[in-house]
Amino acid sequence: MEKESEGSAHVIDPEVWLKEYGDFLFRYALVRLRNREAAEDLVQETFLAALRGKEKFKGEAAEKTWLVGILKHKIVDHFRKSSREFPMTDLLSSNGPEEDFFDGKGKWKVEPATWADSPKETLEKKEFWKKLEGCILGLPSRLGQVFSLREFEGMASEQICNVLKISATNLGVLLYRARMRLVRCLETNWFGKKREGE
Amino acid sequence: MLTCREAAQLLLDSLDGELPLRQRIALRIHLLMCKLCPRFRRQILFLKETLNQYRLEGVGEGLFASESLSAEARGRIQRALAGGSNNP
Repeated sequence: MEKESEGSAHVIDPEVWLKEYGDFLFRYALVRLRNREAAEDLVQETFLAALRGKEKFKGEAAEKTWLVGILKHKIVDHFRKSSREFPMTDLLSSNGPEEDFFDGKGKWKVEPATWADSPKETLEKKEFWKKLEGCILGLPSRLGQVFSLREFEGMASEQICNVLKISATNLGVLLYRARMRLVRCLETNWFGKKREGE
Repeated sequence: MLTCREAAQLLLDSLDGELPLRQRIALRIHLLMCKLCPRFRRQILFLKETLNQYRLEGVGEGLFASESLSAEARGRIQRALAGGSNNP
């Protein structure tokens, strides 16, 4: 009898949430927000929102996935607020010479190297995640936001433009810069390292 | 004939959706004739593949793998949750 009721009604226990998912959600937010306090605040808001909306949780998705979904919304809201306070227009005017990867004739200034395959072994992968995150965290914060919304949150261009109050053209420029920088950063910090070690 | 700058731009654009036919053809021709841009294409594909993997299995496993909520934050959240469940 008891077993049956356990199976049919999902028990919601916020204490368990905090214990089971608190740190995961915190890390998830930290790599996107780059700020401990902001990350902690969003974890708290996520749990509170989940508690308020617990009737909506049908147990169809895993609890963790449901909580991550709420956190994603909180992160997007956070970016929306910060773009209202600090508009992005300033960033686009700065296009220093270091931003240009090509010469006047449109040829590569620094030749792209030949890259090996992506890491397959667990240990190698963990090392790689560190380098990748390091490169993403090394992006100027606005480029990081654009990149994060696109690649982590998987948002469509129109949505990102709406959240960050930028034009589609500007989004294209920012994504271009972010990706170019990431490629260059991985070349130095992942492949450069590997070559030395070989 | 595209320049490398233009080809790189198209390669990056292709991450956000399929390119129009004309651009696809121009890019393909450039890639056949250029030594460096195919390397860049490979780099872009590497980035795409590893980001996919990261989303699936890398979250929380990298730089912040040993980070956790501070005791203070944990306490604060606990109190907020206790309060939240009392006043629905």
